[in-house]
Amino acid sequence: MLEKVLIASALAPSLPFLVNADDPNGGFVGPSIDDFFPPAVLFQGTPFELNRVLLIRLLVVVVLVLLLWLGTRNWKIIPTRGQVAMEFAIDFVRTGVVIETLGEKEGKRFMPLLVTIFFLTLGLNATGTVPGLQIASTGLIGQAIIMAIIAYATFIYAGIKAHSFRFFRNSLWLPGVPLPIRPIIALLEFLSTFIVRPITLTLRLTMNMVAGHMLLTLCFLATNFFFITVLAGGNALGLLGVGTLLFGIVFTVLELFIAGLQAYVFTILTAIYIQLALADEH
Amino acid sequence: MNVDVVGALAPLAFGLAVIGSAIGVGIIVGKTIESVARQPELAGRLQTLMWIGIALTEALCFIAIGVAFIPFPAPTH
Repeated sequence: MLEKVLIASALAPSLPFLVNADDPNGGFVGPSIDDFFPPAVLFQGTPFELNRVLLIRLLVVVVLVLLLWLGTRNWKIIPTRGQVAMEFAIDFVRTGVVIETLGEKEGKRFMPLLVTIFFLTLGLNATGTVPGLQIASTGLIGQAIIMAIIAYATFIYAGIKAHSFRFFRNSLWLPGVPLPIRPIIALLEFLSTFIVRPITLTLRLTMNMVAGHMLLTLCFLATNFFFITVLAGGNALGLLGVGTLLFGIVFTVLELFIAGLQAYVFTILTAIYIQLALADEH
Repeated sequence: MNVDVVGALAPLAFGLAVIGSAIGVGIIVGKTIESVARQPELAGRLQTLMWIGIALTEALCFIAIGVAFIPFPAPTH
C-alpha cells in the first residue's frame, strides 16, 4: 500500500494522462498506476490477500515449472521439435550469459541460480503482452526487490567464499589509486558496489515494465476512446484511432523485445557482479 | 512578469537527467561496436565491460527517479 502511495504521489500530479480522473463529460480517461493495484480477489483482509497481478505471478510460476519439467524430461539424442526449442532457450543462458562471463568452472556453480532468474524474469515480464493478462507482474516492485536481494547476497557470498574478508578490502581499497585520494575512491566504490547495485537492478526492471504498461494502455485506451466515443459521435477526428492502434501494435512488439532484454540484462549483470567478486584483484 | 508553474516538475527534471545517461549509454555502445569491429575475437570481454559501463551510467537516471520520492518541503508563497 505504501508503495502505491509513494508512486502515486510522485506520478499523479505530473501527468494529467496518468491521473484516473473520472471525467463526467465522457472525456478521455488514461491509464493510471492503479492498474498495478487492482482490488483483491482471494483471501480479502488476510496477509495472503491475492489480487490479479499476484494471481498472474502464480500462474506464470506454474506454467514455468510445467514447461521446464515436461520440456526437459526424457531428452533423446535425436531431439524432437520441443526439445530443440528448450535446448536453444537453456543454451542461450548457459553459453551466452553464464559461461561467457563466469567461465566453465565457476559458471557451473551459479548456473541454477542464473537460469532461474532468467526464466522467471522473462516469464513475469512477458505477461505484459499476453492478451487477457496484459500486465507485467514485475511492474510491482516486490518481485524485483526479492531478486535483487538474492543477486546481492550471492555476489557478496561468492566474494567472501573466494577471498574471505579480504573481499571487502579488495573491492574498496584499490592499490592502483594514489594514496591521497584512495579514501574518496573507497567511498565511491562502496556506494557503487554495495548500495547502488541492488537499487538499480530493482528499479531498472520495475520502471521499464511500468513505463511499458503505461505506453501500451495509453495507446489502446486512446484507440478505444477515438473509435467508440469520438467516431461514433460523428466526429471524423476519431479516425486518429487508426494511428493509435498501429502504435499500440508496434509497441506490443517492442514490449515483447524489452521483456526479453530486461531478463537478459538482469541475468548478465548478476553474472558480472559475481564475476567481479570472484576476480582475484581489481 | 509572474510565471506560475502548475504541476510537478519531477518529470521535467527526469527528462533532463536522462539526456546525460542517454548520451553516455550511446557512446558506450557505439565504442563497443567499434572495438568489436576492430577485434572481433574480443567480443565477449568487451560486451562484459559494456554492460558494466551501461549499468553505471544508467544508475544516474535511476538516482534521478529516486530524487522524486525524497520529501522536500513544499514551496511557500
